[in-house]
Amino acid sequence: MVQEIICIVCPRGCHLKVDPENDYEVTGNSCPRGVTYGKAELKNPTRVVTSTVKIKGADLKRCPVKTDQPIPKAKMQEVMQLINAVDLEAPVRVGDVIIENILDTEAKLVVCRDIG
Amino acid sequence: MQNIKEYQLIIVGGGPAGLAAAISAAKSGLSEILIIERDKYLGGILNQCIHNGFGLHYFKEELTGPEYSKRFIDLLSENKIEVALDTMALNLENTEDWRYVHVMSSSDGYRVLRSKALILAMGCRERTRMNIQIPGTRAAGIFNAGQAQLYVNLEGYMVGKKVIILGSGDVGLIMARRMTLEGAEVVACVEVMPYPGGLNRNIVQCLQDFNIPLYLSHTITDIKGRNRVEQVTVQEVDQFGKPVAGTEIYYDVDTVLLSVGLIPENELSREAGVEIDPRTSGPMVYENKETRSKGVFACGNVLHVHDLVDFVTEEGESAGHAAACFVQDGGCVTEDANIISIKTDSNIGYTVPQQIRVDDVEKAVRVFFRVRKIFKEPSRIVFRDQSNAEIASFKRPFMFPAEMENVNLPRQLLDKISGTELTVSVEE
Repeated sequence: MVQEIICIVCPRGCHLKVDPENDYEVTGNSCPRGVTYGKAELKNPTRVVTSTVKIKGADLKRCPVKTDQPIPKAKMQEVMQLINAVDLEAPVRVGDVIIENILDTEAKLVVCRDIG
Repeated sequence: MQNIKEYQLIIVGGGPAGLAAAISAAKSGLSEILIIERDKYLGGILNQCIHNGFGLHYFKEELTGPEYSKRFIDLLSENKIEVALDTMALNLENTEDWRYVHVMSSSDGYRVLRSKALILAMGCRERTRMNIQIPGTRAAGIFNAGQAQLYVNLEGYMVGKKVIILGSGDVGLIMARRMTLEGAEVVACVEVMPYPGGLNRNIVQCLQDFNIPLYLSHTITDIKGRNRVEQVTVQEVDQFGKPVAGTEIYYDVDTVLLSVGLIPENELSREAGVEIDPRTSGPMVYENKETRSKGVFACGNVLHVHDLVDFVTEEGESAGHAAACFVQDGGCVTEDANIISIKTDSNIGYTVPQQIRVDDVEKAVRVFFRVRKIFKEPSRIVFRDQSNAEIASFKRPFMFPAEMENVNLPRQLLDKISGTELTVSVEE
């Protein structure tokens, strides 16, 4: 079935139509970047997950974290459960790895703020 | 009278605008720079903006808010920039030779500082329920989106379980996703305008990803609840913004998040006599971000509300450089008679700068503005002088109120202007 999505490559926000039954043919785009985005968004949509984890031993109670690369959209909630189970101890530095290879996605969960 | 500590430059506010201004001023040759920050940490609002997408223009990569501010905070010590944290600026005074800043902190008490130049970088505040006059009870559970963002991301408190969001500004959209990821149910996002207030990427990644409906041309017309919010009424509005009878939708929610606009925080500026533009609620500035008060500069959200931090950084750098030139070389050289004012047609809400001192322009002036409606078709941004001669024009394939626009006016074009007014308009 043809799916309608909004292209987010630029502010214009073209309303793309993508047809999975016709080799993910993209229509409604104004530029070639819309085709690339439309295909990827239907075949394997990915997102960077950002959240916070608990931290002890510092003034701040929460430490911001992110996946260092986009992960499949469908795994977001599962990743959130892993993030919620983390307990950090200060000091931490930006880029410190908290979890390697999250859910076999090859993405790492990393610290986003120097704390302590 | 106590000793008044002197600086070349004092910057009020340690968010992205103030940080960029400080570093730029240091690189332009100043050595006695102080940043005053009321929070315990530098970085301003970026500290609670834990999502990514910052820095795409400036660093050509996607960073989270804290990562973005760290890039600048790390440069402070090598540039010998002094920082006063947990310190509140109470009052500003402007005299011919000095800018005075009265500050208060628990460690040093009340102090008076002074500097040759001053940069305003206080950022902005959220509009509240009172600003938009939503009827209903005064139940708990009504938050500004940014306030909720602080509770969730910095303090670690969830603010509700079942949430409705009023306003589709970026902070509201970001919080729709954040609350959902943390386990709350976001039932809808409601926008009074016929178009979204935030960026497209946020509509997609924050609402559509989680199947949160967006109601355009709708608003909240009632909030019910004894102690905590219990029910919210949503209604369609007509083209005049009036609620349409019979379109009521009732949501049983415990939390309302408001993302209904931001106001530059200029209490200090006003008290110091800095002239404010009612269209931006920020200071009127010349081409180099100097306000009408000599030696006082402004940048970032205190000047006009931005949607991208990258432009805040650039504006801070520009103000920092200009403040350094002011301290080193004295004031501007343009005579009053040669100052050009930029006027707008009804399609454009405002411009920053509002005035240009042509003789002080080095190479070009970047003019920022917002359009007041959606332009889906290709159109031209046209600058005309008082003889109606076209000075410059710029093509745009599309323009949206949610996206700040900017164009570059080179000095050689500015020199051609006859009269003291330049009018910018959109021609379809």
